[in-house]
Amino acid sequence: MQNTVEKVEVNDSGGMQVVETNIPTKTSSFKRFWRIMLARKIVIFGLAILLLAFIVAIFAPLIAPHDPIEQNLLNSLQQPSKEHLLGTDALGRDVLSRIIYGTRVSLAVGFVSVAIAGSIGMLLGLISGYIGGWVEGIIMRFMDVMMSIPLIILAMFIGAVLGKGLDNIMLAIGIGMIPSYARLTRGQVKSIKQLDYVTAGKISGAGSFKNAFVHILPNCIAPNIVLMTMNLGVAILIEAGLSFLGLGINPPMASWGAMVSDGYNHLRTLPYLSIAPGVVIMIVVLAFNIVGDALRDTLDPRLRGSL
Amino acid sequence: MTTFIIRRILQTIVVIFVVTLMVFLIMRSMPGDPVIMYLGPDASVEQIEHYTKEFGLDKPLPVQYFTWLGNIAKGEFGQSIAYRQDIGPFILSRLKVTLMIAIPAFILAVVFGVLLGVIAAIRRGKLIDSIITVMANIGMATPVFWLSILCVYILSLKLNLLPVQGFTWPTEDFTLSIKKMIMPVTILSLGPLATFARQTRSAMLEVIRQDFIRTGRSKGLGEKVIIYKHALRNAMIPIVTLMGMSLGNMIGGSVLIEQVFVIPGMGDMLITSILNKDYQLVQSAVFVIAAGVSLCNLIVDIAYGYIDPRIRIS
Repeated sequence: MQNTVEKVEVNDSGGMQVVETNIPTKTSSFKRFWRIMLARKIVIFGLAILLLAFIVAIFAPLIAPHDPIEQNLLNSLQQPSKEHLLGTDALGRDVLSRIIYGTRVSLAVGFVSVAIAGSIGMLLGLISGYIGGWVEGIIMRFMDVMMSIPLIILAMFIGAVLGKGLDNIMLAIGIGMIPSYARLTRGQVKSIKQLDYVTAGKISGAGSFKNAFVHILPNCIAPNIVLMTMNLGVAILIEAGLSFLGLGINPPMASWGAMVSDGYNHLRTLPYLSIAPGVVIMIVVLAFNIVGDALRDTLDPRLRGSL
Repeated sequence: MTTFIIRRILQTIVVIFVVTLMVFLIMRSMPGDPVIMYLGPDASVEQIEHYTKEFGLDKPLPVQYFTWLGNIAKGEFGQSIAYRQDIGPFILSRLKVTLMIAIPAFILAVVFGVLLGVIAAIRRGKLIDSIITVMANIGMATPVFWLSILCVYILSLKLNLLPVQGFTWPTEDFTLSIKKMIMPVTILSLGPLATFARQTRSAMLEVIRQDFIRTGRSKGLGEKVIIYKHALRNAMIPIVTLMGMSLGNMIGGSVLIEQVFVIPGMGDMLITSILNKDYQLVQSAVFVIAAGVSLCNLIVDIAYGYIDPRIRIS
């Protein structure tokens, strides 16, 4: 591709198209990636929101004006003021600071649970797709079973066994999301297995282990990364839902979902207690979804519609 | 076709069987003793022993499992420890409530989701397409429980249009029932509606490009016939698959919505029974949900095998 430069155009279906023109230049695949990614303005918005969320999460102690768990009952349920920009909750804690610290919980849950689901799911998919036969049968039937239970109920269920708290919630959501990765990877492995270069590897004496992990697995990674990005938002929503139900993060740790639930009792007098954390959830999840979509279109446009 | 149906039915039976095994094992690995939860912390050792025997919790695990399985086959789910009721009829009564919310929401989601998806696909690149796409993205990112609270605040507390919470059967008081159901049903439908719209749009765009659509146009078929009779029909495969899956997701979503609107459905029951370590009830409820979802998928698959021969082969 060194003699052509590609121009990215957003076509009329909203998707992207790489138009090759004949201007001789060399482009790196890195530049190409970003050019396709950023062809739509909305993606810049999504990335900016995510960047902001990361900064807020990392520097939470520096940004937050107050301690998120320090109670001050004399100062409870205050209207927004200069001191407390979003007021205080029923225990006198600064709402803005709790939202800021909640970013840490949401992002941690998102990334850790997706990493758990992705790594175990890919491994199971690789094993069942590569070995096939009864091993595949057992693994995939088990995945069918997990998929027949709605994700939030499955996570509730696993969470009930493991107990509440951040670690267990990440694990519960992670386990619940395994099947989609196993299915995706298995499909990929089955089609890649038949390609010539894998046969060539076999002929040159690569063992099954090397073939599976060095030759096949790396080629299944792109769609899995796309699915992971798209699932980050799902994981954040599930955590918020579980915490809303009181089955998620342990108090007094700040979780956006639990804040919506706490605020519900004061909806008549202080509606933003409930509404503000929900808006933040929505914006962050939206940003992850937008970036996920863009990543899919960039890495593998064929996945459009199936992911 | 017959082999396809038999294979799918056998698969479903295996899945449901494994569901029972998995649910049973997960429940038994839960910390805490349900008998102590039932009797309270002041129970004497004798009492605990007596009730452990009565609930059959003293027997070895495989015996407990097969007894439970045998009872389910007979339609006997046993007694709920948390609600002190017969589980079978109790789950049925809760399921009816959840379905009263979920089925209308499902219909709304399918009808409007597909319609909006088709509109967005035909008018691709136009303003209406952008609006639908953006709305669908927002719909998928919105936490249902938060949206429920927001709607309660605006429609019930501020504008006084709809009741804040509760559930009434249409047979008791029709107007009140509808008023109470408007918010939960609409909100439950939004997430799946957004998913349907997105899926329909991309499936339609895929189909519209194909040769047979051009053939239809060149032989002079009307645009409506082309879109609804030829294109949509061929775009339906991924949409129908999605239908099977989204029914399960709706039950998941209704867990959250029931909590906000204080609706006595499956969700409320699941949370109470999990918190109370009510083994029998959680086991049975998850079994009923999983079996229901698997059966829906089975019906969808078989129906599509009939309509579209391509499905049978894959």
